[in-house]
Amino acid sequence: MADKVLMKGNEAIAEAAIMAGCRFYFGYPITPQTEVAAYMAKRMPKIGGTFLQAESEIAAINMCIGVASTGKRVMTSSSSPGISLKEEGISYMAGCDLPALIVNVERGGPGLGGIQPSQSDYFQATRGGGHGDYHLFVVAPASVQEMVSLTAHAFNVAEKYRVPAMLLADGTLGQMMEPVSIEGITVEDHDKSWALTGTDCKRKHNIINSLSLLPEELEQWNLERYKRYEKIEAEEPMWEEYMMDDADVCVVAFGIASRVSRNAIKAARAQGIKVGMIRPITLWPFPKKPLLAAADKVKSFVTVELNMGQMVEDVELATRCKRPILMANRVGGCIPTPEQVLAQIVEANKLGGAQ
Amino acid sequence: MKFKRLTLMAGHYGSGKTNIAVNLAMMLKKAGEDVVIADLDIVNPYYRTKDSEEELRAAGIPLISSEYANSNVDVPALPQELYSIVDVKSRHAIVDIGGDDRGALALGRYTPFILEENNYDMLLVINKYRPLTPDTASTLEVMREIEAAGGIPFTGIVNNSNLGRETTPGDVIASDAYAKDIAAATGLPIRMTTVKAEIAGAVAEVLPDVVPLHLQDKRLWND
Repeated sequence: MADKVLMKGNEAIAEAAIMAGCRFYFGYPITPQTEVAAYMAKRMPKIGGTFLQAESEIAAINMCIGVASTGKRVMTSSSSPGISLKEEGISYMAGCDLPALIVNVERGGPGLGGIQPSQSDYFQATRGGGHGDYHLFVVAPASVQEMVSLTAHAFNVAEKYRVPAMLLADGTLGQMMEPVSIEGITVEDHDKSWALTGTDCKRKHNIINSLSLLPEELEQWNLERYKRYEKIEAEEPMWEEYMMDDADVCVVAFGIASRVSRNAIKAARAQGIKVGMIRPITLWPFPKKPLLAAADKVKSFVTVELNMGQMVEDVELATRCKRPILMANRVGGCIPTPEQVLAQIVEANKLGGAQ
Repeated sequence: MKFKRLTLMAGHYGSGKTNIAVNLAMMLKKAGEDVVIADLDIVNPYYRTKDSEEELRAAGIPLISSEYANSNVDVPALPQELYSIVDVKSRHAIVDIGGDDRGALALGRYTPFILEENNYDMLLVINKYRPLTPDTASTLEVMREIEAAGGIPFTGIVNNSNLGRETTPGDVIASDAYAKDIAAATGLPIRMTTVKAEIAGAVAEVLPDVVPLHLQDKRLWND
């Protein structure tokens, strides 16, 4: 095993990006993700990379479009209000079929909200966020170690399908320190013949553009893009199953909510309640298959979220509303307690009738 | 251990200054000393001295902290009461300075008074297991930056090398060579090795001046 270091989640994202070959970072400070930028500011000059604090979030995302157009790995990071500012550029990126990694370490909202953790940008992340028909590949780490592996994975998937990717974390994951190994990072080599690298007058020039003058052509671009999305939905969902073998109740939680849920599940098991968890690791594509399969086995679901009920809609869709779904949630920067989750597990265990 | 009137805790971001500051204040209080703890952190809005507000109050240790600490008001504010750490010379003060040179900048306004009184320790908190200070050269770089920003030279080292909850006695003992190397390079004494209380006994069998730490850890989950 590689030597471990003690890192904040935000620092782990930055180091993993560097290890994954990212040499361009553009950002603008905002709590609770500022350590990503601070770490990049210290590291990038020492390895010949570029750290640039832009004049705004909008400038930063447009700088990312520029670098991504050349086929180089590029990252930006922000927190909720800052991501909203970037959304125009993210839509352009999707329209230009550019791979890049956008990190959102969420805080409570809407508006300026607060600086404490939240998962209330779930809709924004999984439904596109900006204008037009598009998706981001969205990963949701639940530990500092997973921030390392998913940062690297997101770069690879983004390049494989030529889509922007988002790492969706929350303020707690960004700020908390855990021991990690910076290891297991592979840089996949995907086709970059589309990139703007200079023709040397030896080939036809490439064009990176989201504007089409003909509606029929723009329609074709959308259809072609959705074929790639179809492939992502078929091949790239990731999830973790925890104590699901004999479960009567299925908890669905991602990120920090899944950490709290584990405690609640252990407490419920100690009371004799057969409960397990499906933890989505990718939020888009959402892991529909295991949830639909679970709906034929369990009697009820409990979603645990740091929002007013956003992922619960995807659980309803994935399970086709076959079973009742309860929710344990807190908002505004608060985190559900294990006791609160346990109470909902106990309630859910009374629902659904005989199997 | 002997405490000067002022104990200033500085070091790299995330090296453990706040936890140690709270524990040292508790130690001094238990030894019958009059002590206040002052939060000078203008860098990090999280993991503040204020997290230990209740424990400090119960122990009778005044906490001087920004009224905005642990709120959604994310501004680098310092309260005027902070001047009491240099004005009131009849009591000890443990001063928790923000990380890196950016944090030490806030010390500057008190520096002339601290140097004039000349009854202080400026302790460098080090953790070998932090990714940007894994060796002597990188730690010395951070140390010089802090001294330049705060205007006060360090007088001692606190070896707080740890891997969080997973720390083993072996991890701490293995870090002693690193601490000794920094001590040799700077001429500063290793004043203490701080270790979470559960494993402090095992470390104390091997290393001198081990101080057990009770950690402020308010996580809702166990693994």
